[in-house]
Amino acid sequence: MNSEKITKGVLLVASFLILIITCGMILSLVSGSIPVFNEFGFKFIISTAWNPTEDKENYGALPFIAGTVITSLLALIICLPMAFSTSLFIGEYFRGKWYSKALGTMVDLLAGIPSIVYGLWGFYVLRPFIVDLGLSSQGYGIFTSGLILAIMIIPYATSISTEIITMVPNDLKEAAYSLGATRFEVIKSVVVPSARSGIFASYILAFGRALGETMAVTMLIGNTNIIPTGLFDTGNTMASVIANQFGEAEGLKLSALIAIGLLLFLITGLINAIGKFIIKKFA
Amino acid sequence: MILNNLEVENPVLSIKDLSVAYDKNAKNAVNAVSAEVKRNAITAIMGPSGCGKSTLLRAINRMHDLYPAIVTEGNIFLNGENINKISTIELRRKIGMVFQRPNPFPTMSIYDNVIAGYKLNGIRLKKEKRDHIVEESLKDVVLWDEVKDSLYKKGTFLSGGQQQRLCIARALAFQPDVILLDEPTSALDPVATSKVEDLLVKLKKKYSIVLVTHNMTQAARISDNSMFMYLGDLVEYGKTKSMFTTPQDQRTEEYLTGKFG
Repeated sequence: MNSEKITKGVLLVASFLILIITCGMILSLVSGSIPVFNEFGFKFIISTAWNPTEDKENYGALPFIAGTVITSLLALIICLPMAFSTSLFIGEYFRGKWYSKALGTMVDLLAGIPSIVYGLWGFYVLRPFIVDLGLSSQGYGIFTSGLILAIMIIPYATSISTEIITMVPNDLKEAAYSLGATRFEVIKSVVVPSARSGIFASYILAFGRALGETMAVTMLIGNTNIIPTGLFDTGNTMASVIANQFGEAEGLKLSALIAIGLLLFLITGLINAIGKFIIKKFA
Repeated sequence: MILNNLEVENPVLSIKDLSVAYDKNAKNAVNAVSAEVKRNAITAIMGPSGCGKSTLLRAINRMHDLYPAIVTEGNIFLNGENINKISTIELRRKIGMVFQRPNPFPTMSIYDNVIAGYKLNGIRLKKEKRDHIVEESLKDVVLWDEVKDSLYKKGTFLSGGQQQRLCIARALAFQPDVILLDEPTSALDPVATSKVEDLLVKLKKKYSIVLVTHNMTQAARISDNSMFMYLGDLVEYGKTKSMFTTPQDQRTEEYLTGKFG
């Protein structure tokens, strides 16, 4: 036997396995959600009902879709100025300096902390702090979850933006300097405009991560099945309702949770595809 | 020893004992160079790769200030004024620069590229004045007829040669005293190269030009005076014609006859 054929065979089997696993997952998500769509049709997506009482069972995903989008958008808004400033600090202003490298390592470290640890910190430190500030009686809710999500996605947005910013060609910057531009003007008129689409894509990818984050949010959002109307209201996200209820779910309720999972998968998949498409176009 | 056969009256630039090192422990990339640059003429700086010609050029508009590790000693005078006494912002408006690879700003239109210097410096001009500067600068580089109908398109859609002429126009927009060009044709094809060369000859009526090139035939074709640098030293400086016919230094002769470089 020649090693060429063996290598080819191993690679083929491994790649094919990945393909089968992915297809299998999508297939089981789709087949699992069929009962709930049969029962409620597409009204499931826009309904706010969540009633697991036998014979009166009625499910809708809207509160969770709303909770997911609201917490993730809030996280994005908080993350934006932080990630933007940090990426300019590391990628342009103090590029190559030891403290920039140290900061870059810290940011990467932040990305490596498990979700449950963020949740624990949020539960025992952030939540009481919110209570002390008098913002909310128990500290659970949209704001607390959004804040913890923001901290969790800052490293993603920062590290991609930094990479894009360092990719801006040096001769463009030198061209601007040679015209008498100051550092600030070079950043404002050359670096940021050139890196614009890549920076934008980094926020989309960070947003995609926020949508799917589960553990920390589940611990902090308050787990109520209603559409939140204020920043300090409690709620549930698509991920948190699944994490909270899958253990005791069966029948139609289980199907509803699987359908929510499918929707979450589609939304994050779409967001990630958009982000990657923009980055690819930029590079 | 430097063979400096050139006497320049009322020089636009005087370089006095200029040394540049890329950090304080490194060998000098430019080593105690002194030379005077003639007004309204093309002065070529030639020499093999790594001889310090670009480093010397970039000292003239203090580009080295961007990199704190670089150590510059000695002085350069622009019209008799020490360039270290002028702010880099003002200095770089008086000394324009064109780079090796055409580098128009990809996010700006052709029009905005030409007046980029004003925009970057936050100088607001009336539209008529802006239009005038853009038209004059593009006419100066013989690009006006080619782009006058597409002024608001991105500069990156132009051909390489057109882009480089656009970059020259961008450097001319401030009406500088001196234009520094760092191997401006090395990324261009022969036709585009000869267009740029013709242009430089035309431009010397209004501007003083310093041209770094490793193409000695280019230096021979268009320059009035030539410097030959080797390993950081200014080996020989003289009228281009006499240097190419009767080089004084053996190294210059060997370089010009293609024995190295």
